[in-house]
Amino acid sequence: MTTQGLQPSITLLPSKKTPIVLSVIALITLISFGFLGSSQAAHFSLSTATDAFTIPDLVFPGMATNIVFGVLLVALAAYSWRLRAKGQALPTWAVVIAAVLFVLGFLIWVVSGANINSISLASLLAGAVVLAVPLVFGSLSGVLCERAGVVNIAIEGQLLGGAFTAAIVASVTKNAFAGLIAAGIAGALVSLVLAVFAIKYLVNQIIVGVVLNVLVSGITGFLFTTVMQEDPELFNSPAHLPIIAIPGLSAIPVIGPILFKQSLIGYLMYVAVFLVWFGLFKTRWGLRVRAVGEHPKAADTLGIKVNATRFWNVTLGGIVAGIGGSFFTLVAIDSFTKEISGGRGFIALAAVIFGRWNPIGAFAAALLFGFADNLQVILTIIGTPVPSQFMAMMPYLVTIFAVAGLVGRSRGPAAVGEPYVKE
Amino acid sequence: MKLELRGISKAFGSFYANKDIDLVVDDAQIHCLLGENGAGKSTLMNVLYGLYQPTEGHILLDDKPVAFSGPGDAMAAGIGMVHQHFMLIPVFTVAENIALGAEATKAGGVLDLQVTRKKVREISDRYGFNVDPDAVVEDLPVGVQQRVEIIKALVREAKVLILDEPTAVLTPQETDELLDIMRQLKANGTSIVFISHKLREVRAVSDVITVVRRGLVVDSVAPETSTTELANLMVGRAVQLNLDKEAGTPGEASLAVRELSVINPAGTTTLDRVSFDIHKGEILAVAGVQGNGQTELTEAILGTQPVNAGSIKLDGQELVGKSVKAVLRSGVGFVPEDRSVHGLVTQFSIEENLILDLYDRKPFGKGISMNLEAMKKNATKQIADFDVRTDNPLNPASSLSGGNQQKVVMARELSRDLKLFIASQPTRGVDVGSIEFLHRRIVAERDKGTPVLIVSTELDEVMELADRIAVLYKGKINGIVPGDTSREVLGLMMAGVSQEDATSQAGHVKADAEPVEATPVPVETKQPGQAAPGESNAAEGEAQ
Repeated sequence: MTTQGLQPSITLLPSKKTPIVLSVIALITLISFGFLGSSQAAHFSLSTATDAFTIPDLVFPGMATNIVFGVLLVALAAYSWRLRAKGQALPTWAVVIAAVLFVLGFLIWVVSGANINSISLASLLAGAVVLAVPLVFGSLSGVLCERAGVVNIAIEGQLLGGAFTAAIVASVTKNAFAGLIAAGIAGALVSLVLAVFAIKYLVNQIIVGVVLNVLVSGITGFLFTTVMQEDPELFNSPAHLPIIAIPGLSAIPVIGPILFKQSLIGYLMYVAVFLVWFGLFKTRWGLRVRAVGEHPKAADTLGIKVNATRFWNVTLGGIVAGIGGSFFTLVAIDSFTKEISGGRGFIALAAVIFGRWNPIGAFAAALLFGFADNLQVILTIIGTPVPSQFMAMMPYLVTIFAVAGLVGRSRGPAAVGEPYVKE
Repeated sequence: MKLELRGISKAFGSFYANKDIDLVVDDAQIHCLLGENGAGKSTLMNVLYGLYQPTEGHILLDDKPVAFSGPGDAMAAGIGMVHQHFMLIPVFTVAENIALGAEATKAGGVLDLQVTRKKVREISDRYGFNVDPDAVVEDLPVGVQQRVEIIKALVREAKVLILDEPTAVLTPQETDELLDIMRQLKANGTSIVFISHKLREVRAVSDVITVVRRGLVVDSVAPETSTTELANLMVGRAVQLNLDKEAGTPGEASLAVRELSVINPAGTTTLDRVSFDIHKGEILAVAGVQGNGQTELTEAILGTQPVNAGSIKLDGQELVGKSVKAVLRSGVGFVPEDRSVHGLVTQFSIEENLILDLYDRKPFGKGISMNLEAMKKNATKQIADFDVRTDNPLNPASSLSGGNQQKVVMARELSRDLKLFIASQPTRGVDVGSIEFLHRRIVAERDKGTPVLIVSTELDEVMELADRIAVLYKGKINGIVPGDTSREVLGLMMAGVSQEDATSQAGHVKADAEPVEATPVPVETKQPGQAAPGESNAAEGEAQ
């Protein structure tokens, strides 16, 4: 049979979004960071005192570097306009280069105009990973639930519940491991409520999730004032998990502190990201979970128990998020305070979407948010020209731009949020 | 394997979808279940496949009684089912879809897709399926997706294969290929239960035909039974086979569509420089397999689909860029393809549904109030005119059967003075009696001098109604041909073959006297069963 080659013969020009954004950041870099920037040099140190060997500092003259970056970005923007006129989109590598140039340009501009013209890149990155730990666990919980077709808005509540339970159990038992396990159980309990209402009683998953967040916040807040503050010695001075530095490896500059100088929960994070990724995409369990999240009826006709799969996945997600919450009280901070999770559960949710429901993508997204968070802390310390309140907005701005601007139309599991009812 | 159903009944509340059904499918037999939409065929098969529990009765395999608590049990017993709506995960690859539920694994539950790929290639080669195990399912044409479903059943070593309305989504050529596949499977010892309401296919491939009507087995007959007799059994009364439509008397061109192009948000061109005219007093039918741009075409004319380029002129007046309301006001009557979603507000009463797009016009609307008296009078008149079967115009539209719902939509749209009438899938999921009626009303509107645009994926309906036929393929008009063009030519054109090639190829097949079907049906014989459209709403309808 000879079928005609019917090729679509009209095409639309690609969206103007990329060239416009590129032009704007090119001009900001060239004019604000370059011509109007400080001429002082910005110092970035890569080594810390404990490193095995030292790498010399990176030094950039503020104004000159940014003018160069600005010109490069203008060239990229022009290239992007030209490609668009020919009906092509800018290749990904060019977008990545533009993003790196802009972020570097911003850093150089801020540091060169600050009271102290030097920051430690090594501690900036290491701190980013530390701040990202609860986000990564939270987003893994989101991935586990949503891949099975259940929206988990309750990540915030699971993190908070984990943090509180870890604090109180590790205080009473004087054992950080007991706290860690208790945190997992607490997260699972929050999940269980979500699972029962969303899967068994078909209540709207978003509403259950929101209510759970408020509930956990209320309960932990109440117990904090009535129990913990009555006797903080007994109830709110948790034993901590030590930082385990792997001898030798942890002394490698830059990557040493990131990979080999973590708490138990930090190492667990790397293991969990790998396990969830491997489990979802390489095993029978993962294939079934994804089928349930995409087309539950098809899974049902193949003899897969849809609601049981969802139930266990949501529970597992709760355990993961609970462990992530324990990081607040067992590693990062001395004791529990009200609302210690501070909305990170919602950022984790954004990381799930930004990471396209992939554990590794979510991990990268969580790192980005952690980086923005830590950057704002460090830049406030060195005293930048930008008011600290604006700096504090940065992680959230990054979230909004990442999810709204860069992700575009990303496609989640098809059946997410829809309860499955057999006819 | 021999399959026997004994006295199966299935009730939903007080309604019996199946009542006392006996059915015997012998080893290596193709057994057809023939019946109208909503006759209870799909319900019966869902009982057999373990998706529903029978209210009464037994299932026997090789004379041993079995009970299935779920599809898993049915599969383990050797029953495979290809659902009308495919049960495939669109974002998975073929191999992943086939492995799902019966995965080959290495230690620790790690997937071993290599084993599945090998099996897929084996079966694909044996039956000439030509399926790539690593293709992502959503990228495959429906015909290939269906083969994936068949492979899925065969990998699980199905001895009895249930095919539920398998040809509803296929082109005539793909249908012939499927019938060939069924014969091959039978030759290899697989029993097949073939569910259909299309007489041509049923007679071509079946060993036994069991006719089901209103949940009851009416009769079991041989495939040599004439189409008229089969149609009568299926409908339960004598049906008229031909519409006996007189040739139209087309006037001047009224609707002029030029270079109409639509690109969907994903960037795919769904309509590609489509141009055609419709004359006054003429029916132009658009033929094509579902998803080749038909929906976009009708919606672009109505104004619910943004148009990227081109123009649509009705009596010299540009419609592109006008609001939907302005388009309707300029005299366009529109019957959407999915009546329960876009044609009716099913919770509203019949009376209200009859004035959905006239609510603010005289005599129904006056200032901020509605003239209830006029609404009532209008409803009484339309219900009588269109023979809508209901005891009260205040009943919700959802209480009506599919055919009567469609009559309400059609009555509303035809009650205005029209300059253009568009009907998309005018008889999908409608019983044979109503089909006849609706077709006559469409032809009557044409005879009033209105240009009519019909979109249908049912080739028989297209051939029944059309004065001219435009074939849509991948968003392009692949030729506009006279209404009496043969179904072979149309079928080839629907698959993308150009008009000239299609004409010469179709002639070639006839000259060889080696047609693919066992019983070639003369083109001039119209068969009402075939005019019954895809049973897309049937499963839901039967479940209620």
